[in-house]
Amino acid sequence: MIIDINFIGLIIASIMASAVPLILASCGELITERSGVLNLGVEGMMIIGAISGFALMTVTGSLIIAVFGAMLAGVLISSIFAFLTQTLITNHVATGLALTIFGIGISAMIGKNFVGIPGKEFPVLFEGLKDTIPLLGPILFGHSIVFYFAFALPFITSYFLKKTKIGLIVRAVGDSPESASNQGINVKLVRYACILYGGAMSGLAGAYLSMIYTPQWIENMTGGRGWIALALVVFSTWNPIKILIGAMIFGGLTIIQFHMQAIGVRIPVQFLTALPYIVTIIVLVVISRDSRKIRLSTPSSLGKSFHKDN
Amino acid sequence: MIKIIKRDQPSRAIFFFTPVLAIFLTLVAGGLIFFILGFKPFEALKFFFIVPIADKYGFSELLLKATPLCLIAIGLSFCFKSNNWNIGAEGQLTFGAIVSGGVALLFYEQEGFYILPIVILAGAIGGMLYASIPAILKTYFNTNEILVSLMLVYVSKLILDYLVVGPWSNPEGFNFPETRQFSDSAKLPLLFEGLRIHAGIFLALAAVVISWFVFYKTYLGFQMKVSGFSLKTARYAGYKGKKMIILVFLISGACAGLAGVGEITGPIGQLHREISPDYGFTAIIVAFLGRLHPVGIIFASLVVAITYLGAETAQIFMQIPKYTGQVFQGMILFFLLASDYLLFFKIKFIGSKK
Repeated sequence: MIIDINFIGLIIASIMASAVPLILASCGELITERSGVLNLGVEGMMIIGAISGFALMTVTGSLIIAVFGAMLAGVLISSIFAFLTQTLITNHVATGLALTIFGIGISAMIGKNFVGIPGKEFPVLFEGLKDTIPLLGPILFGHSIVFYFAFALPFITSYFLKKTKIGLIVRAVGDSPESASNQGINVKLVRYACILYGGAMSGLAGAYLSMIYTPQWIENMTGGRGWIALALVVFSTWNPIKILIGAMIFGGLTIIQFHMQAIGVRIPVQFLTALPYIVTIIVLVVISRDSRKIRLSTPSSLGKSFHKDN
Repeated sequence: MIKIIKRDQPSRAIFFFTPVLAIFLTLVAGGLIFFILGFKPFEALKFFFIVPIADKYGFSELLLKATPLCLIAIGLSFCFKSNNWNIGAEGQLTFGAIVSGGVALLFYEQEGFYILPIVILAGAIGGMLYASIPAILKTYFNTNEILVSLMLVYVSKLILDYLVVGPWSNPEGFNFPETRQFSDSAKLPLLFEGLRIHAGIFLALAAVVISWFVFYKTYLGFQMKVSGFSLKTARYAGYKGKKMIILVFLISGACAGLAGVGEITGPIGQLHREISPDYGFTAIIVAFLGRLHPVGIIFASLVVAITYLGAETAQIFMQIPKYTGQVFQGMILFFLLASDYLLFFKIKFIGSKK
């Protein structure tokens, strides 16, 4: 059997494409968590981004407005979370859950009028270069701008956290809000910013799903990706580069099920669909077993409210 | 001018008042949303919250929906009180339903008084088994119970889907994704002629009484509460961390499993694809709205159950999308959490000095 080398390239490219929303949402949530805030509302923010992007694209016809509008929608919905957890000092876990329930409801409400409408074609870059290099051609070229942004993001995030002053401040706020506050840093302001940034990235991840990956609106189309993105942050031990690896593994699992079905492997389709969730659990167990390592890499104040008495 | 003062102690009166405030604020915000969507706010709210429960049938439907919510929320209150975040009750409900449904199918076309207790017990055991997974992974492998319990929800629904489409599907069912009808002995009896309310409500009431007794009358309940406040203090009170975590997960799994039994052995009497409209997730809101207190949870389950019915009624009569129910549920939790601020802080209005 001869396997076309470009076919392998195409499979790798499709794995990368399915990893994109996970990378975006995880990198956003990673910044939020690094500042000490646990936002479990990723799934809700993502689905809001998905419907906002699709709806704006259909109504305005402009892809740019749609993409940025989806990010803005993510910011808006996460600002509810920010206000509750930071200003009103509510419990992070409960507030995040409320955000997800609310987001799924609102998205379905708005999306009612957009079911069954076909999406638009999203422009891809370097289409012509695809056939110039065997194997690497389909991997490197012919993708949307969001795709390239997603694969640059872990490196940007890593650089931001390690080398920039603002990155240092974010880490300080997450690891020791008391001493950061004593140094004159406005802890709540930093956390507000990090939550809104996380919202923007989740919104973008959702828009990628509804506008580029599967250009249409389906209710609940995020299908648990937001939760997997949350798991990826734990998997990465809060290191953005490792998010890339994790997202590729999960992207691979998603793509493999399609190909297994295509080849005609006799495994129930439900089992293949369940695979990413089961693997997430197994991976979490393997990573978390070393409790010392987890303790060292988790932002010390993660999920704990900070309130300064005046 | 407004001045915010921190309270020395959380106010107990406000502790029970804020859920009422949250419901009121949700109604106001809901009316506003209806107005934005182009409906008359008061009329929409009437269709949402009053019309569905105005007659005998509606009231029975209310109790029917409140039963699983109450049952699951009671179970979750054990977890939440001791700071264990089991958010996968939906999965435990589904798995409980699968196990009890499987047992009920074993007794296909058989009758006998012993069948129903076995079917009910099987559901509780199924829920416990499924809840034990995040519990054991948390205690022995340090794994985050939030993510594990949630992932298992997706897995359980896929297992159910596989079973009702594949091996357990009704051989005479024209490939509909459902099992055979259970025999009458495997069904929870209906309480009134022509209404769908069934004996499952007694399971919920029993759970309320038992949980009240455990929380307020036993040493175990005391340990549970203390461990929720502070692990260190709890150790002095003779708290055995790992055992406690597993115990509360098993209790909440059993309750969710029983709710699953009620869903399939009640009016429906078979396993099919969608046995629960996210009761397991909504029950999280019920538990909080009820302040993790057994009596509070009864009231909360009734209030939240209305959002299910209201969404259906409003969809039929006003073409308001049925997802508004979920929006209301999310809002109730938002407002409840927000108004908790009043527990810890006093807001004083001081006359402006000129």
